[in-house]
Amino acid sequence: MNALTKPAFDVARIRQDFPILGEKIRGKDLVFLDSAASAQKPRVVIDAMVHAMEHQYANVHRGLHWMSERTTEAYEEVRDALATLLNAPDRSHIVITHSSTEAINLVANSYGRGTLKPGQAVVISAMEHHANLVPWQMLRDAHGIELRIAPITDSGELDMAGYEALLQDRKVGLVSITHMSNVLGTYTPAERIVKLAHQYGARAMLDGSQAVVHRAVDVQALDVDFYAITGHKLYGPTGIGALYAKRELLDAMPPWMGGGDMIRSVSFDVTTWNDAPYKFEAGTPAILEGIGLKAAIDYVQGIGFEAIAAHERQLTEHALSRLAEIDGVTVIGHAQDRGGVVSFTLDGAHAHDVATLLDRQGIAVRAGHHCAEPLMRRLGLDSTSRASFGIYSTMEEVDALATALIRIREFFR
Amino acid sequence: MFEDLRTLYQDTIMQRGKSPKHGQRLAVFDAEAKGDNPMCGDRVHVFLRHEGDHVAELGFEARGCAISIASADLMAEAVAGQSDARALEIANSVFAMVRTGEVTDPSLDLLRPLAAVSEAKSRIKCATLPWGALQSALAGSGAEKGSVEA
Repeated sequence: MNALTKPAFDVARIRQDFPILGEKIRGKDLVFLDSAASAQKPRVVIDAMVHAMEHQYANVHRGLHWMSERTTEAYEEVRDALATLLNAPDRSHIVITHSSTEAINLVANSYGRGTLKPGQAVVISAMEHHANLVPWQMLRDAHGIELRIAPITDSGELDMAGYEALLQDRKVGLVSITHMSNVLGTYTPAERIVKLAHQYGARAMLDGSQAVVHRAVDVQALDVDFYAITGHKLYGPTGIGALYAKRELLDAMPPWMGGGDMIRSVSFDVTTWNDAPYKFEAGTPAILEGIGLKAAIDYVQGIGFEAIAAHERQLTEHALSRLAEIDGVTVIGHAQDRGGVVSFTLDGAHAHDVATLLDRQGIAVRAGHHCAEPLMRRLGLDSTSRASFGIYSTMEEVDALATALIRIREFFR
Repeated sequence: MFEDLRTLYQDTIMQRGKSPKHGQRLAVFDAEAKGDNPMCGDRVHVFLRHEGDHVAELGFEARGCAISIASADLMAEAVAGQSDARALEIANSVFAMVRTGEVTDPSLDLLRPLAAVSEAKSRIKCATLPWGALQSALAGSGAEKGSVEA
């Protein structure tokens, strides 16, 4: 099927694929605007996992029986799906992890301790999720790495001059920056981030936890060295994620976690490692979750990222314009290039009160520091409320949010 | 017109959350403690002044949501005039009340608006934040201070 024959984006039809969207909250239709925290699951993902448990389940990679062989085959398909999703050259570039957090920790512990030398620096940005901050602090404290923070502008974009200034002494060994902010919705200029890093002799990682959900990602076009993603924001199950890495890096990197599956042979004296990517995958993997994620990737690719991005752009623009009309509501972050995440504050009302009062009206948003405390401090805030959109979100839901916020504002007067 | 919102955010919570009566540091105090909720950045600083063996006055400084501030404000009135032991008893009752939604001690009717938080599980910690600080302040006050620190 080519792009011309792909059916038009039909949100009503997509919503039918998600059983949970039929639920009522306090007698009201669920308005789920918290997909950036974790997305809902389509029927195909649920069915794939249930089908595996009912018909085709055993441990993978080592069984010699029919069930194990079939399960291994089904599970390993997710590696191919991930390679296609990210446009990796082939499946050997994909390490399957339990989350993007684990993918980042893998790089910090393996590449960080194995290749970076004490005295070298790692650059992150001022708008990282804790998952792309804390592993580097741990590396700094254990391994003598300097941690540098690239500044952001008041509009919530990466300050590219400030970023380049951090690279200029050529002490930076690795840059690790978000591809899309989970708080501000900002898409960072990934190509330029990577290019500048390379220009100054550093490797580059992108945290794609948010970005990969909303737009097509091409790791080869980006020329990025490491790319971390998670499954549960991509309409797949929790407990599964992936790391893309250039093959020569994976080959040179030491294993991080030891255990079964990651070894070639073991004796009390000496153990040899399996080849990449398996040497990074210790223990029984998340088999059912891998099967579920494969179904999720097929599902979103069936819809197509062009259509998904267009739908979410429309929703985000509508949300920004509706929220701008409401007195006392301030949208946080005004990046030129942004995805379907909108953080805001309401004068005189704490973000937690706003979230609870939205929940009373059947609307689910996130409130708090969004696992990005240093960013909150940079913005001079303790917390924000955040509405985030998925493929199933509708213009009517954005309107429901605006109407509910106006009520809350009146309630607080 | 706000019936759906008022089940949790009753008038008492809204008024005291917006304009607390006891939301200031005491000029003179003999016990104090801070509480914070790292999940949302809310914080409270509780100040106690004793007269003889009872709490004469409680004031607080807080940055937080309507529920945590209203809870602190109600707390100031609930413990004023009470012995430390009774104040701790009241705190324990509040910890139970916000979980069960039941007010078993009729003398604590003042605190009834906090019981509604039991049906908003994610907000229980907002209501208990000042009461946890009160427990710390009482544990560190007067003669007990040395033994706690030792």
